[in-house]
Amino acid sequence: MRETIIEVRHLSKFFGDHEVLRDVDFSVAKGEVVSIIGSSGSGKSTLLRCINLLEKPTGGEILYHGKSIREPGFNLQMYRAHVGMVFQQFNLFANMTALENCVVGQMKVLKRSRAEAEKVAMEYLRKVGMDVYVKAKPRQLSGGQKQRVAIARALSMNPDVLLFDEPTSALDPEMVGEVLAVMKDLAKSGLTMLVVTHEMGFARDVCDKVVFMDGGVIVESDVPEAIFTQPKQPRTREFLARILQTEE
Amino acid sequence: MPTAESGFFEWVFFLLKKFGPLLLRGAGVTLLISLTGTIAGFVIGLAVGYVRAKPLQKENGAGGYWARKIVRGVLGAYIEIFRSTPMIVQAMVIFYGISAVFHVTLPYLLAGFVIVSINTGAYLAEIVRGGIQSVDPGQQEAALAIGMTYGQSMLHVVLPQAIRNILPALGNEFVVNIKDTSVLNVISVTELFFVSKSAAGTYFKYFEVFFITSIIYFVMTFTVTRILRWIEKKMDGPENYVMHGSQTVPDVELVTKGGE
Repeated sequence: MRETIIEVRHLSKFFGDHEVLRDVDFSVAKGEVVSIIGSSGSGKSTLLRCINLLEKPTGGEILYHGKSIREPGFNLQMYRAHVGMVFQQFNLFANMTALENCVVGQMKVLKRSRAEAEKVAMEYLRKVGMDVYVKAKPRQLSGGQKQRVAIARALSMNPDVLLFDEPTSALDPEMVGEVLAVMKDLAKSGLTMLVVTHEMGFARDVCDKVVFMDGGVIVESDVPEAIFTQPKQPRTREFLARILQTEE
Repeated sequence: MPTAESGFFEWVFFLLKKFGPLLLRGAGVTLLISLTGTIAGFVIGLAVGYVRAKPLQKENGAGGYWARKIVRGVLGAYIEIFRSTPMIVQAMVIFYGISAVFHVTLPYLLAGFVIVSINTGAYLAEIVRGGIQSVDPGQQEAALAIGMTYGQSMLHVVLPQAIRNILPALGNEFVVNIKDTSVLNVISVTELFFVSKSAAGTYFKYFEVFFITSIIYFVMTFTVTRILRWIEKKMDGPENYVMHGSQTVPDVELVTKGGE
């Protein structure tokens, strides 16, 4: 049995009176690539944002290596440093070059020296094929390039697990491929990943586990072959039929 | 000395020769007070704007919550009071108020500096708050998500962008201050307007002296405006970036259009 990195127990989240997540249970083990699929408004992004506490859960527990992240005294900064996040809108720091984007967190949070931080940053920028653009500011890059830098920024922190929040949804269609290629590479290299996505191809071919969410609950969770070929729940079937039809 | 029949420019040259150094010293005082006052006002504005932009959350203890609520109330009152009264009145109230309550007369330069700083701070606090809130919230989220504290995310990510955005407003405030320090003549600060008035009074040549004075004001504000534009450009960095090239190809300048 592989070591569990993140375990979510009975997680619930309300925005005012609106229930966004209800009794969500699931876990991510070391080296696993898990994708969360479901239609817009099903709560999948909120779930991801709860995991690194960009949203405060209303109830339930999130355990990181068996420790509750909501205990008083829990080091939230170090936790977030180890749980990377890649955003739909990239959110590269607009006031910094590509290189500085990958360096600042290492220096300010992990307290690495500039020399070491730059070495690490260059390594990952090369990995995502953005090493020639180190001196470019975000506004000078295309969407796909920005997202690749954002992935390098997250990797530079040497995270335990990387959360992806619809990383290709804001991209022009011809740029989706370059970002997915990087993500496939990462999955192959053994990085633990939790990916909220609309890319069914990625979920089917790359992931170890697929979680289907609808209306704030996990409807079904299984290996990709099971979800995509013999979904047990009618809601899963419906969703897949709808989305795979539009993909063709 | 020109006579009553002498022409306008004859008088101007005469007065320039006689009062030039005095007027320049006055201009120096004007620049000194407006520059230091704008900088101090910016520091006040940053601090006040920072506090007012910070989301007020109840979770970190109810006591802290109420303390912060009171601080906010005080800061809000400060902004409202100083934006809703003329600086010339503030100058009178502060200068004579301090002398009445503490029985000390502030040195004129210090008094001018204090008044301009407090007044500018009130305006810039709102501009800073707006500047902070104009930065895409995703910027701060990304900073928090890699483990920065709230303070770090503000210092390294949000404030640099906010300050860049408010730089034109800041420059505007500086230019306004160069002109508005003239109201400090009511408490006898020897800035440009004050010395112009005394110079003009000597020969009753108000038009001629204030003609010179207006030129000095214009040159000061115009120069400052140009310098600020240059700083803005500098802060934006180069329009193009240099490809971090291989060893065989020298760094090539890649021209991009900027924007998305």
